[in-house]
Amino acid sequence: MNSIITTETPATAAPIRRGALHTLSILVNNEPGVLMRICQVFSRRGFNIDSLVVSEGRNANFSRMTIGISGNPDGLDQIIKQVSKLIDVIHCFEHTSDDSVTKELIMIKIACAEAERSQALHITAHFDGKTVDLTPSSMIVMITGDSPKIDAAVTMFSQFQIIETVRTGKVVMARGEQPT
Amino acid sequence: MSTQPLDGAQALIKTLDDLGIEYMFGYSGGAAIPIFDALETIKTKLKFVLVRHEQGAVHMADGYARATGKPAAVLVTSGPGAGNTVTGLMTAMMDSVPMIVISGQTVTWMLGKDAFQEADIFGITIPVVKHNYLVKDTNSLPRIAREAYHIATTGRPGPVLIDVPKDVSGAAFTGDLNPPFNLPGYDPSGDFKIDRSAIEEAATLISQAKRPVILAGQGAMIARADKELRYLAETLHAPVTSTLLGKGVFPETHALSLGMLGMHGTAYANKAMIECDLLINVGSRFDDRIIGNPSKFCATAKIIHIDIDPAEMNKMIKPDICIVGDAKAALAALNEHINPLPTADWLSKLDGYKKKYPLTYKKQGGLRMQQVIDELYELTKGEAIVSTDVGQHQMWAAQFYKNSESFHWLSSGGAGTMGFGFPAAIGAQLAHPKKTVISISGDGGFQMTLFELATAQIHKLPIKIVVLNNHYLGMVRQWQELFFENRESGVDLIGNPDFCKLAAAYGIPSVHIKRPADVTRMLEKALAYNDGPILIHAECVKTDNVFPMIPAGAALEDMITEAPKQKMAKPIGST
Ligand SMILES: Cc1ncc(C[n+]2csc(CCOP(=O)(O)OP(=O)(O)O)c2C)c(N)n1
Repeated sequence: MNSIITTETPATAAPIRRGALHTLSILVNNEPGVLMRICQVFSRRGFNIDSLVVSEGRNANFSRMTIGISGNPDGLDQIIKQVSKLIDVIHCFEHTSDDSVTKELIMIKIACAEAERSQALHITAHFDGKTVDLTPSSMIVMITGDSPKIDAAVTMFSQFQIIETVRTGKVVMARGEQPT
Repeated sequence: MSTQPLDGAQALIKTLDDLGIEYMFGYSGGAAIPIFDALETIKTKLKFVLVRHEQGAVHMADGYARATGKPAAVLVTSGPGAGNTVTGLMTAMMDSVPMIVISGQTVTWMLGKDAFQEADIFGITIPVVKHNYLVKDTNSLPRIAREAYHIATTGRPGPVLIDVPKDVSGAAFTGDLNPPFNLPGYDPSGDFKIDRSAIEEAATLISQAKRPVILAGQGAMIARADKELRYLAETLHAPVTSTLLGKGVFPETHALSLGMLGMHGTAYANKAMIECDLLINVGSRFDDRIIGNPSKFCATAKIIHIDIDPAEMNKMIKPDICIVGDAKAALAALNEHINPLPTADWLSKLDGYKKKYPLTYKKQGGLRMQQVIDELYELTKGEAIVSTDVGQHQMWAAQFYKNSESFHWLSSGGAGTMGFGFPAAIGAQLAHPKKTVISISGDGGFQMTLFELATAQIHKLPIKIVVLNNHYLGMVRQWQELFFENRESGVDLIGNPDFCKLAAAYGIPSVHIKRPADVTRMLEKALAYNDGPILIHAECVKTDNVFPMIPAGAALEDMITEAPKQKMAKPIGST
C-alpha cells in the first residue's frame, strides 16, 4: 500500500477545514482572460481564493463564477467594487448564509477490500452518497451537501485509506425568486 | 464605404479615423507592419508621428489627451515594442487618461509557443489598463476599436490596449465597419443620474458649515465642471484647494484659491484641511500624498465625496456623504440647493496663514529652480501649457506656476513617472500648435526620454524644453538629507552631458542660464524663439530642498515649512 499517494486530506488527521470567509457570485462575459482579471483583483489585495467554480451560464455568452475567498474582511468591500468595475463583469454579489443555498460535491476514492466494503457502503448511505466506481480493492463515493456535511463525511471515511478526494468548492444560489 | 475589399489592418485604421482620432504615435516592427502599411493604403486624416522609443509614444498620447481631454492612439510592434509601453500605460491608468494602444502580435497559431518577439502583452498589461483585448477574429476589429474608444473615454477614463496578431490584421475583412457594441457589463450612462437624496443631505450638511473647504481633483476637470465648481465656491464663499492633477480647474489666482495641498502643498491649504469643519471633495481619489495619515485626516470635519468611480468611495477615507457620478452633473444638482455661508472669519484666518507662510525662495547664493519657474510664470502670464517630470522641480513648478485653466498642467501624479514630461509636451504641442508649451524636467528625468528631441525637432515643435540641472536626483537626495542622515546613495548624476551641446547635436538651439541675474533675459530670448524647439539649460543650486513638506504617511499637522533643526524620524509612508 505504500505506493499510494494521497493528494489531500491525510487519512489519519482530521480534514482541513478550508472555511472560506466569504462567497462571491460573479456573472461575467464568457471570454478568455476574465478569470485572470478577477484573480488579480484578489491577489493584489491579499485575498486567497479558497474555492472556485466556473461554468457557462444559461446564456452561453456569460459564465458564472462562485468564488470562496478569505482575507481581511475590511478589504472585501473594495474587492467587490473593483471586481464590479471590470468591463467583463456583469455583476458581483456576496452571499450570506441566511439568504442562500450552498452545496458542494465531493468524490472520495478509498482503498477498500471486500471485508471493509459493507462498512464503507453503510457510511455512504448515511450521507446520502453514491458509489460511482467499485473495484475489488477500491471504491469511489460521491456525496453532495453543505460544507460541514462534506467535512463530516471525510472524517468518517478517514477510517479507510483515502487515496484521493476531489471537492468542487461551494456552489451557491440565493433563495427565493430573484436571480443572482 | 468603399467597395474595395479591405484587410483587417485597413479596417482598423478606417475605424480609428471614423472615431475622429487625430494623432497616432508609434514605432514599427515585424508584427505591426501590416497595420503600418494600412496607414499608407487607406485615405485617412489620422496623422502618424514616428517616435524614438515606445515609452515616448505612450507619453505623447498621454500629453495630447491631458491637454485636450481627447484620446490619441499608439501603434507599436509585439514583444519588446509592446513591453516598452507598460510604464506609459501605468502612468495613464493611474491618472485616468484616455488612450488606445495597438500592439502587433505574432500570428495566432504561434501564440504561447515563445515565437520570435512574442510576449503575452494581454496578460502583462491587465493591471495597468482599463481594459484590453487580444483579437482573434479579423471581422471583430472595428467593433473592438469602437468599444475601446468608448471604454477609454467614458466613465472614469483610462487606457485600453488592443493586441492584434499579424494574421488577424493581414486577413481579408468581410464584416461590418460600424457594428453594434457588445458591452453588457459596462454602462457609464448612469454616471449622470445623481442620487437626489444624497444631494439634499449634502446641501443640509453644507448649510451647517462654518469652515468649509472645497478640494478640486482631476475628476472635476475631466467632467469639465469648471463653471459649476466656481459657482459653488463663490456662492458659498468657500476656499478651494486642488490636487496636483486638479491644478487649473479652479483658477489658482482666484482670491478663494489656496493652491495645491498635500505633501508639498501650501501650508495654508494644509492648515485649512486641519481646521475645516466641512470638506467637499470633487473628483479627487484622496491619494496618500494628500491625506498623509488617513486616521488623522480632516479629523474634525464632515466629508462629502463626489466621484464617478464607486470604488473610490470609502477606499482611503470614509466620507459622511457619497455622491457617485459625473462631477459636472453632481455639482449642477448641488448648486440648486446652496446658499452663501458666513465664512468671513474663516477666510480671514486663512488669509493670515497665507501671509505667514507664503511660498518664497532665496534669490542669493546661486540660481534656484523656483526662480526659473516663477519667472516663466510671469513672462507667460500663466497661460502656457506646462508639463513636468517628477522630482523637486515638479513640486516647485506646481507651487510657482499657477494655473488658471483646465488642461494646462500635465504631470504624472499617481505613478510619478520620470521621463514623462518632455514627450507629454510633444503631444500637447501637436494638439495646440499655437500655444506656448513648456516642458520642465530635472536633469535625471530628462535623460530618461531625451531621445525624443529628434521627434520634437522633426516636427519643428516650438516647445521650450527647460532642464533644471542640480546634478542630482534631487528629490531622493532631499529624503536622504532629511531622513537618512544625509547619506547620499545613488543620487549623484556625475556624467551629465552638456545639455546645450546635446541639443545642438539634434540641431536644436539652446540658452544656458547660470546666474539669477540672467534668468529674465535668457527666458525672454527662449520664449521669443518659435521656429522649433529650444532647450533652456539652467544650472541650479545643488542641494536646495522643497518646503513645505509633510513626511510620507505623517499627519498634516506634522508639516514642516523649513529645514528642521533636529534629525527627523524615517517616514512611515511608502513614498
Ligand atoms: C522612472 C522613475 N524612476 C525613479 C523614480 C524615483 N524618483 C523620484 S524623484 C527622483 C529624482 C528626480 O531627479 P531629477 O529628475 O534630477 O529631478 P529633481 O528632483 O532634481 O528636480 C527619483 C529618482 C521615479 N519617480 N521614476
